[in-house]
Amino acid sequence: MSETAKMRVFRGDTESGDWQDYEVEVEEGQVVLDVIHRIQATQAPDLAVRWNCKAGKCGSCSAEINGEPRLMCMTRMNLFEVGEQITVAPMKTWPLIRDLVTDVSFNYEVAKTIPAFKPREPEADGTYRMMQEDVERGQEFRKCIECFLCQNVCHVIRDHPENKPEFAGPRFFVRLAELEMHPLDTEDRLELARKDAGVGYCNITKCCTEVCPEEIHITDNAIIPLKERVADRYFDPIRWLGSKIFSRR
Amino acid sequence: MVDYERHDYDVIVIGAGGAGLRAAIEASAQGARTALICKSLLGKAHTVMAEGGIAAALGNVWPQDNWEVHFRDTMRGGKMLNNWRMAQLHAQEAPDRVRELEEWGALFDRTGDGRILQRDFGGHRYARLAHVGDRTGLELIRTLQQHAVHNGIDVFMECTVSRLLKDGNRVSGAVAYWRESGNLLVFNAKSVVLATGGIGKAFAVTSNSWEYTGDGHALAYWAGAELIDMECVQFHPTGMVWPPSVRGILVTEGVRGDGGTLRNSDDKRFMFDYIPDFFRAETADTIEEADGWYEDKENNRRTPDLLPRDEVARAINAEVKAGRGSPHGGVFLDIASRRSTDYIRRRLPSMYHQFKQLADVDITAQPMEVGPTMHYIMGGIRVEADTAATTVPGLFAAGECAGGMHGANRLGGNSLSDLVVFGRRAGLGAAQDAAAQVTGPEADDAQVEEIFAEMRAPFGREDGEGPYDIQRDLQETMNSLVGIIRTEHELLQAREQIDALKQRATNVSVYGHQQYNPGWHLAMDLQALLTVSEATARAANIREESRGGHTRDDYPGPNDTDWGTRNVVISQGVDGAMEVSTSPLPEMPAELKELFEE
Amino acid sequence: MAQAVASPLQSGFLATLRQDRWWVEPALVFGSLSLFFGWLTISIFMDFGPIGHYKVEGTHFLTPVYEPTWLSAINADWEGAWYLSPAFIVLVGPVPFRATCYYYRRAYYRSYFLSPPACAVGDLGKSYKGESAFPLIMQNVHRYIMYVALVFVPLLWIGAIRSFHVPGEGWGFGVGSALLILNAFLLMMYTFSCHSLRHFIGGGLNCFSCTAFTRARKRVWDYVSIWNESHRFWAWSSLLGIVLVDVYIRLVANEHITDPNTWSHF
Repeated sequence: MSETAKMRVFRGDTESGDWQDYEVEVEEGQVVLDVIHRIQATQAPDLAVRWNCKAGKCGSCSAEINGEPRLMCMTRMNLFEVGEQITVAPMKTWPLIRDLVTDVSFNYEVAKTIPAFKPREPEADGTYRMMQEDVERGQEFRKCIECFLCQNVCHVIRDHPENKPEFAGPRFFVRLAELEMHPLDTEDRLELARKDAGVGYCNITKCCTEVCPEEIHITDNAIIPLKERVADRYFDPIRWLGSKIFSRR
Repeated sequence: MVDYERHDYDVIVIGAGGAGLRAAIEASAQGARTALICKSLLGKAHTVMAEGGIAAALGNVWPQDNWEVHFRDTMRGGKMLNNWRMAQLHAQEAPDRVRELEEWGALFDRTGDGRILQRDFGGHRYARLAHVGDRTGLELIRTLQQHAVHNGIDVFMECTVSRLLKDGNRVSGAVAYWRESGNLLVFNAKSVVLATGGIGKAFAVTSNSWEYTGDGHALAYWAGAELIDMECVQFHPTGMVWPPSVRGILVTEGVRGDGGTLRNSDDKRFMFDYIPDFFRAETADTIEEADGWYEDKENNRRTPDLLPRDEVARAINAEVKAGRGSPHGGVFLDIASRRSTDYIRRRLPSMYHQFKQLADVDITAQPMEVGPTMHYIMGGIRVEADTAATTVPGLFAAGECAGGMHGANRLGGNSLSDLVVFGRRAGLGAAQDAAAQVTGPEADDAQVEEIFAEMRAPFGREDGEGPYDIQRDLQETMNSLVGIIRTEHELLQAREQIDALKQRATNVSVYGHQQYNPGWHLAMDLQALLTVSEATARAANIREESRGGHTRDDYPGPNDTDWGTRNVVISQGVDGAMEVSTSPLPEMPAELKELFEE
Repeated sequence: MAQAVASPLQSGFLATLRQDRWWVEPALVFGSLSLFFGWLTISIFMDFGPIGHYKVEGTHFLTPVYEPTWLSAINADWEGAWYLSPAFIVLVGPVPFRATCYYYRRAYYRSYFLSPPACAVGDLGKSYKGESAFPLIMQNVHRYIMYVALVFVPLLWIGAIRSFHVPGEGWGFGVGSALLILNAFLLMMYTFSCHSLRHFIGGGLNCFSCTAFTRARKRVWDYVSIWNESHRFWAWSSLLGIVLVDVYIRLVANEHITDPNTWSHF
């Protein structure tokens, strides 16, 4: 059995762009990425799309489908009404390269600014001991496939690109939280979280959590705990009062 | 002269999966100016797809385990076709590489006393696979990636290497293009490490991603290196079979390691009917013993569900052919009736997710449908075990694109450990080799110009054929004629078809401009795909026996005297045509041979 | 040659490609929050008018908005000073606790500030500094207000339990008293599922397994974590609860309805 889907795909590059409509055959069980591939193979051989694993594990095929940030490989066509027009657009927050491909280098630049993991000394036998309950929080964060959908949906940079130099974005709050909670790590990244990474810009509207294909509780388990750790150090009113009094003397 | 970027490095590493990243980290740590070049974004390489774990005889769960047992398992799993020295180094060094990952921030699952937990996998005598749920590959690549970004390695992302450059006998660099802009680059390098992975995209049903077009195999071959064991292709027994669009996507062996069993349409656990003599002594022959083995390995032999992958894949193939398959042409893999919902979701979260989202199947309540999928090529570039040097000076190879380590069949979990053990050795070898070169190489303009012209040719052809059809036809040919079961007349047919496809490929044309043009990218990838397909078909034709991942219908058993001691070698002749020969396996020293006398 | 990129990727307030009814949620939240908090604002001032009695005289049957009644003593000395309503006690704990609550922040940033109104929908405002600059940087006091809010949990329980005892008549049972228990429970769950409490209990630790004390904290943290996943539910149910209980008790106290109970007093 097959049906015809009405696809409206953004085609364009750094200079110009517009919607292009395609009618495509769809087979049972197919996902949006299959349909994009069929357009590529039959109607538009130069349609640019980034993808790798087609199994939701590599996080390459991020796009905005009917305006919602999603992985194309994990969006099944039967999610949509038969005959419904389906729009596929590139992620909005990043500069467009071509068609559905955007320049996500911002994220790789931010990654470089996060100080590396710095473990404490190992046990006498040269290995480490960590208990399962101590690694579980970090393991949730390390499910991240770096699809950058959370970065893309975050209005702090999506609607205010001028904030990019001051804001690391949800993906890197997840990374910071992971390192901060790592039972072996000895580096202190709270000042970075507050200042350069700008965790204060986040107003916890939770869109990052909503779009995460790995279902990481980005806001509840990473960002808010980071905010709380920052509050511990920088916004404790008693500590603040103390520092005011002592600095006056 | 065409405009191009030019870069000078001591070492360039092509491919940024586990092996490439580990090689670049090592080369850079040795003081070499290092570039890492990858076709995709950093961290998206096929390594992320590895699920079950990384094999290393840490002895955390079973103190009896040690490198000798691991070595023996690897050699036996590879049907003794392995390069013994590689298998030895691998078994000896894997534990250190795993501990090193932990030191770099990896968070493996833990034992009760806080050590790295290890799980059971096919062909491994003891629970040996360090793992993180069922996403170990992601953990490995992310750990290496995060470690690498602080090591001053220059990363060229979405940059594809088309050809290696040579200066006389020696490799002197590479020609590449940016996928984004289509602009061309020339790398001058004292040494080059290939870590490009496998050839899965030559097959229609595969667990591999689009990147797996055999680039490293082909680049080495064109540069004059030898390929070995190209007939040894692993079909993973459990890939998804339904719906069609996800056919081939991997279902981790961890499902069986954690208690899942294979059943046919009669609800029979058919693996008990397929225990080969080679493994009979160590495999359970009753359901009671097989089920008891998960808890008590001292008094029970292992379940036949966890025989090496080649055995299980052939068994599934036979069941389906005999009409006892599942509705969509696979068999059933059932863990729902054997383990609690909670256990399944904790141990196999991505499998749960994958089936739920892609197939509407709840694996905690229903069996999965699975069937063989092309997964891995054991064969690859011939390398020297200790340094990972190929037969061409200045050229090194590690990971899936290198051959020898896994023999005729790879054990699950040995791939990730292969990446880090030989990735490190290749990085080390390349850095030392580069340091020994007094002067840097100079790119030969004529050579560069010729390669550029070849790369751009498809734009000039007005009435040629698009690349997509050629790739699809090649995939069909390889799947049906050079697939899991092979015979002479089909292999000859395959060679004819590949020749015809090569002809069609000379007239491939692409539409549009150079910027991020997938049609053009595929047109260039086709060259490598056709080369490795031909190598596999020819090597399969020569080896007249069945061994590991190479199964011949017309030569059903292994032939130890004629073939058990020889590698099939592929190389490019002076006239440019492919040549096939054989060469003897390296001789194993006596003290290692003793390990097999049980 | 080059033409401007066409509309699909436009920016600006409310710009979106979403085709679903994304505005329903913020609209509902806006309406409900306005209604409930609007009522509570009126309630803390309203100790006059047809439902001005917030307590049944001679009993402890008191609307929880006015719990505890410590300010009443001052008020009694301060004849006619309506602006020092005893309910102003809520301004030191419950009001700022909710105002800085991580869930309510999400709710009102979306539905009042439209920042953003929904995911992948353009937000309101030219520049954005979020909670990194004054005044919203003050949200960081949430944890310290949480300590104060914790004090209110036993006070509300005490108030609710005391309502089962009517002076002169002794212990008994009534629907209104049961509602007060429910209210105390919901407020307790709202407080116990707080993100800041979760951090305070165990979230701030990096090693759960290290000592007996951290292991104990981990066990409590596990519970708070489970409750925290439903923080939104507790936020709404406790808000709805206090509004309904307030209205109910005022209706009883002003003798518009009768509370079914075992006492003869009211």
